[in-house]
Amino acid sequence: MTKDNSYTAVMARRVEIMKKAVGIDYEKFIIKGFAFDYEKMMREVGYSIEEVRKIQAETCVGNTPLVELKNINKLIKKLAPAGKGARIFLKDEAVNPSGSFKDRRAAISVYHAQKLGYKGVIAATSGNYGAAVASQAAKRGLKCIIVQECYDSQWRGQPEILEKGRACEAYGAEVVQLTVGPELFYYTLLLLEETGYFNASLYSPYAIAGIETLGYEIAEQMKELTGRFPDAVVVTHAGGGLITGTARGLKKAGATQTKIIGASVDLRGLHMASDSDFNKKYFTTGHTGFGIPFAVFPDRSDVPKNAARPLRYMDKYVLVTQGEVFYVTEMLAQLEGLQRGPAGNTSLTAAIALALEMYEDQTIVVNETEYTGAGKLPAAQLTFARKMGMIIKRGDPIKEDKPGQVIVIPEHPSQIRYIEYPIEEMKKSYIKELIKHEARNNFTKEEMEFLKEDLRATEEEINEWIKAVSFWK
Amino acid sequence: IMILTPQERAPQVPEDTKKVPLMMRVKGFLVDESAAIGQLVTIQTMTKRLITGKLVTINPKYEHDFGEPVPELITIGMELRDFLTGGEDE
Repeated sequence: MTKDNSYTAVMARRVEIMKKAVGIDYEKFIIKGFAFDYEKMMREVGYSIEEVRKIQAETCVGNTPLVELKNINKLIKKLAPAGKGARIFLKDEAVNPSGSFKDRRAAISVYHAQKLGYKGVIAATSGNYGAAVASQAAKRGLKCIIVQECYDSQWRGQPEILEKGRACEAYGAEVVQLTVGPELFYYTLLLLEETGYFNASLYSPYAIAGIETLGYEIAEQMKELTGRFPDAVVVTHAGGGLITGTARGLKKAGATQTKIIGASVDLRGLHMASDSDFNKKYFTTGHTGFGIPFAVFPDRSDVPKNAARPLRYMDKYVLVTQGEVFYVTEMLAQLEGLQRGPAGNTSLTAAIALALEMYEDQTIVVNETEYTGAGKLPAAQLTFARKMGMIIKRGDPIKEDKPGQVIVIPEHPSQIRYIEYPIEEMKKSYIKELIKHEARNNFTKEEMEFLKEDLRATEEEINEWIKAVSFWK
Repeated sequence: IMILTPQERAPQVPEDTKKVPLMMRVKGFLVDESAAIGQLVTIQTMTKRLITGKLVTINPKYEHDFGEPVPELITIGMELRDFLTGGEDE
């Protein structure tokens, strides 16, 4: 009998396919309804910091340098009012084997897949994670398939994604390139079923445990360099894994007072699954198209329970524009001699704006960089943007930026600013999404306890939000 | 290769995406000895899977590049150095 491979039939088999492909029985952690024991899940299936460090060291992952951006800091001092202007430090994650922090995630996922005896790994990603999984699979002798959302219906490929595809192929992976659409997940399920490979999901507890070392190293290195933990760590925010893992690592190292700030490129108004909007975005990650939906409904991912839960850790969320990040990418290359990729510099852009309002004796860490080159450089992205009809100009980004229409490169460093996106708004949206998915607005005691943790909120606040988003009061 | 026709697409996709099929491209080595563009062929991929679909390119090259010089970007370095030094070197 042949299997029914229609969209609905495959999606209906997702739980069963996933169980085989991730090797985790998520049922074990369910408390009641949507409530589940997050910490138990992280403990039982994750790895300890020590184990993760050992595994990562085997494949040259981690222990990346942390450097003070002295010239940028000089520039900040020149711009800041008296007494203000925090010092920025940068964690140079681009020196990982495949050129980004994603190696930390991939190292643990692929190690685990090998330990469980899988013959290969599959990851659905258009980002640096593909190259990371491919690189780790090469090292551990596993086969690898990377599924990318890459083209619009005219076969126009996004240059940055094409470059990431090239990198995957360089490590010997099979790259499956799809046109725009959320059915990427459907096709990944089909591939998992066909091959019996491991789903190296970005959102498994292994992937998140892999990032904890990043936060841990930052705490240790800052202590050594400055004698204390940083006042803030700025994290480029997309799917939520980087912020979750970094924050957990910092806390495990004792840096419990450090503020965790998420930063995304503002692409609000562009639809992520739209064929025509696809090539109007000149950042393929680190933007609001992932940042907001994944924060307000983490369980939309490719695993039943997402281990990346940003609202548990994020203290502040800020947005910056595409033009500002391109400007800062030039700044990093020309003032600090570090040519690094665009998306990772989202957090650096936000850090510059934040440093101006922080005190001069405070420190702020930008927790990643990524490799760059063909397809990824600002010049490559802006050349593509111009071909797609975007207006590119110098000006004041905060006033003139229009995602999908106008990209504004600052005329002066004083125009680097951020837009605050209230965390409370995200928490309210979380409740709204939850009510939509559950089709009810009365929650059990256990579910309420879970929400208090997942949203870091009081029962009163949660009840307020339920009231605010419910149609029938 | 067409994975889903417009009619088979997921219910949640926006209108413009619903009008077009979900398509896929994969690279691999030709199983038969010869073929021509546009023909239905079978290839063996890097993970040794066999896939049948329409041949669209032979030995495709990577076409993404470093981009053209962008006037809005190329003066930024100079401007920032001038700002730091107060334009002293002039």
